[in-house]
Amino acid sequence: MSVEQIILYAVLTPLVGAGLIAVIGDRPNIREAATLVSGVVLFGLVANLYPLMANEQTPQVSLFEMLPGLSLSFQIEPLGMIFAGIASFLWIVTSIYSIGYMRGHHEKNQTRFYFFFAIAISAAIGIAFAGNMLTLFVFYEVLTISTFPLVTHSGTDDAKRGGRVYLGILMGTSIVFLLTAVIWTWSLTGTLDFTAGGILAGKVDGPPAAILFALYMFGIGKAALMPFHRWLPAAMVAPTPVSALLHAVAVVKAGAFSIVKVIVYIFGVETLTREFSSGWLLYVSGFTIIAASIVALRSDNLKRRLAYSTVSQLSYVVLAAAILSPISVMAAAFHIAAHAFGKITLFFAAGSIMVASNKTLVSQLDGIGRRMPWTMGAFFIGALSMIGLPPTAGFVTKWYLLTGAFDAGQMVAVGVIVLSTLLNAGYFLPIVYAAFFRKDPTAAALVADETAIDKHHPPLLIHGEAPVFMVIALSITAAGTVALFLFPDWPLGLAQQLVGGTP
Amino acid sequence: MSAFITTHLAPLQVVLALLAAPVCLLLRRPKAAWAVATGITWILLGIALALLAWVLETGTILYALGNWPAPWGIEYRIDLANAFMLVIVTLVGSAVMPYARASIAAEIPEERIYLFYCMYLLNLAGLLGMAITGDVFNLFVFLEISSLSSYVMISLGRDRSALTAAYRYLIMGTIGATFYIIGVGMMYMATGSLNMADLANLIPATAGSRTILVALAFITVGLGLKLALVPLHMWLPNAYAHAPSVVSVFLAGTGTKIAIYALMRILFTVFGGAGVFDDFGLGEILSAFAVIAMIGASAVAIYQTNVKRLLAYSSLAQIGYIMLGISMASVLGMSAGIVHLFNHALIKAGLFMVMGCIYLRTESVKIDDLKGLAKVMPVTMAAFVAGGFGLIGVPLTGGFISKWYLLQAAIEKGWWLAIIAILISSLLAIIYIWRVVEAAYFQDRDENAPAVSEAPWSMLAPMWMLIGVSFYFGIHATLTMDVAIGAAEALLGGIQ
Repeated sequence: MSVEQIILYAVLTPLVGAGLIAVIGDRPNIREAATLVSGVVLFGLVANLYPLMANEQTPQVSLFEMLPGLSLSFQIEPLGMIFAGIASFLWIVTSIYSIGYMRGHHEKNQTRFYFFFAIAISAAIGIAFAGNMLTLFVFYEVLTISTFPLVTHSGTDDAKRGGRVYLGILMGTSIVFLLTAVIWTWSLTGTLDFTAGGILAGKVDGPPAAILFALYMFGIGKAALMPFHRWLPAAMVAPTPVSALLHAVAVVKAGAFSIVKVIVYIFGVETLTREFSSGWLLYVSGFTIIAASIVALRSDNLKRRLAYSTVSQLSYVVLAAAILSPISVMAAAFHIAAHAFGKITLFFAAGSIMVASNKTLVSQLDGIGRRMPWTMGAFFIGALSMIGLPPTAGFVTKWYLLTGAFDAGQMVAVGVIVLSTLLNAGYFLPIVYAAFFRKDPTAAALVADETAIDKHHPPLLIHGEAPVFMVIALSITAAGTVALFLFPDWPLGLAQQLVGGTP
Repeated sequence: MSAFITTHLAPLQVVLALLAAPVCLLLRRPKAAWAVATGITWILLGIALALLAWVLETGTILYALGNWPAPWGIEYRIDLANAFMLVIVTLVGSAVMPYARASIAAEIPEERIYLFYCMYLLNLAGLLGMAITGDVFNLFVFLEISSLSSYVMISLGRDRSALTAAYRYLIMGTIGATFYIIGVGMMYMATGSLNMADLANLIPATAGSRTILVALAFITVGLGLKLALVPLHMWLPNAYAHAPSVVSVFLAGTGTKIAIYALMRILFTVFGGAGVFDDFGLGEILSAFAVIAMIGASAVAIYQTNVKRLLAYSSLAQIGYIMLGISMASVLGMSAGIVHLFNHALIKAGLFMVMGCIYLRTESVKIDDLKGLAKVMPVTMAAFVAGGFGLIGVPLTGGFISKWYLLQAAIEKGWWLAIIAILISSLLAIIYIWRVVEAAYFQDRDENAPAVSEAPWSMLAPMWMLIGVSFYFGIHATLTMDVAIGAAEALLGGIQ
């Protein structure tokens, strides 16, 4: 296989998987096998592309001319490698988890679920390998549309409302801001190819540059920069595997990824450093980090707390990129991987708790760690990574982020990071403490009063660990979070290439 | 023989349909009339494609009718702009005909079905004639043929309000045609010619003449009525909502589009040298109305309970997009308008086909009666979603290509308000499309609602063909864009 073919097959594999899923939908075991096989094949293809990076190659493949002079094309570059690598690897893990979750939770329309999931992954890979801004935009919108049926999976009124916010904000921002920015760039430069140093360098400055930059930053709604973050908590009505892979990894990282791409390849770091007008991004992202953390601190619903934590963590990536020093841009790239592993673990844990015990609120979790030691152990590791403590991947991000901020003399950023670390500790550690060290009050009451157990709903309160598929999945991702701390070379090397260093 | 046919392809485009109409009248049997109308439409599509290929190869085709040389005789003058229009009209017609059989049988009493096909063929002849002719008076004749036949077609609706809708359209349409012919008369008075190419040469000499300016005003208003530019649109929503489904499909895809073409022809070819855009500020006037249409009509569409009316208001907004592109009077803007004319014809015809399928099965197009329909008519509703994406302008649909060029043209011109209007209008489109989608996908069917099944394949296949073609030209738009840019250059030739 030539490199070009591998790239195309990587985008097509999940689509073929989706087709298979649709065809064999009535036989669940084979259908799930199709998902897993597509996942493994996809990861194999992406892994095959990795060696190219070591040789500093950036192979390119053009599909066809969509508009005169503008092709749908793919190109491999370091940042895309990171994104594609985590998305494809975590798809396998999430598929394992989904099997346990969807069956354990007795969800309906599972075929539709796996079908759109596969399409969403294809779109994510398309974004990762996009060779120009048009291709990125096309797959960005495909990702929005393909995840809509997943968000509204349950079909309830809540799901419908959540779906409205989701589609409204993501599509609204992308059509109103991002599309305008892309077309504006096209008419300024006559190209949309991602080029080292930035295609806008020397083409635009002053107030128009500031407006264009703002259009990009807020147009990429998937990065959940405030005030366009509401879609992410709204998306939490989705089944947990969706929240885990799509709303902690694929969709939100597509946003963060696009922002880094725009900063590095469309504007160019140097242009932005010279252009005073981009400085506000630091403050907006800093504000988002703090404000989202405060909301997270105050929400009792576990998934909602995780969602706001994601909003906050996404802005780490944006903040890191906005500092505009090479080391901080590395931190931005690394955090795409680090946060993915940590947050997916936390969501997996939340879903396990829900399936095993039907609990969704933080205040219900007293003593649950003794019933679900694996789940809560993984949760602890994920929480450490969010806070940024060793031995987890989050620490590596924070190390580079702080180094970069000091280098650039951005004391505001340093302050934001320190404050955010405290807030993160404030909303994650009490959960872990309560889970392991508090007594389970309801269980004690139950022993006293046998009649409290509802005969029609099997005693949900008396439960053990979640289904084995789910436990396997969350153990893998928790291990990954630690592994990224111990062996950060893979994403770090790529991140170094991104900023122009040699690995 | 073949040489004879190729030379006379141009008049055949009109004559075939004109001759087939009375044949339908004589046949009287629904099936036979349908077969004739379908066969003729498909032949016309073949001719239109041949003409387009011919124009692409050799440039403008001239044909003197009855061998009377222009400017005394009537001249057919085919360049990329009208060759493209011919393809659009016959393409929509070719998809409508196979679809029509089942739908018409259900909606029009059997004894009147042959009348429908007769009127359809006359309408087709009128529209094709308007597109192909190079003579402003001849254009009037064809305009009347197409208008009169469309009044009849609309009034064939089973709904009694179809009659009032048709009557209203008749009044407005007649006013429009009268305005147009008054304008033509004034032009004739000032220049002594009716041939478009000849007029284009003569009009600059009359620059500053009030007669010519008044003629321009009359013609613009007259054609504005036919193409339903807000605020001259009052006839359209009711006409589309109450006409038989097939008629809505055909008119939405072709009628207003050809009127837009005619206006472009007059403004740019005939008045091209007169500087009406520079001196007279026509671009600003038209763009203002276009912006009002884009936002106003989209906003009204949100509040509609009848989905056909909703789509009709959406059409008004989309006509606004097209007119905005045209009012820019730049190659980029014009080609955006023209390519949107094509994309919107396909998308809107496809969406009205969806409503025809739904009406066939449920006898209603009210949004409340669409509840839960996605479960029982999945293929039909999926087409609505796909077409809706086109209206919104989601990437990979034709609508995206249109919007891309329209925005690019607006940026090039520095028309910031127009950019904002385009974006707001897209957001409103999301809302009105999503209302229908939510009803069909998220609500359950009423318990006492009649049991329904999927529409027949003879209707689903043409519907998906149109939607599919609109997607194809959204993914691979080089062909349509090349033609649209060529057409824009042909039309603007008078100015540059």
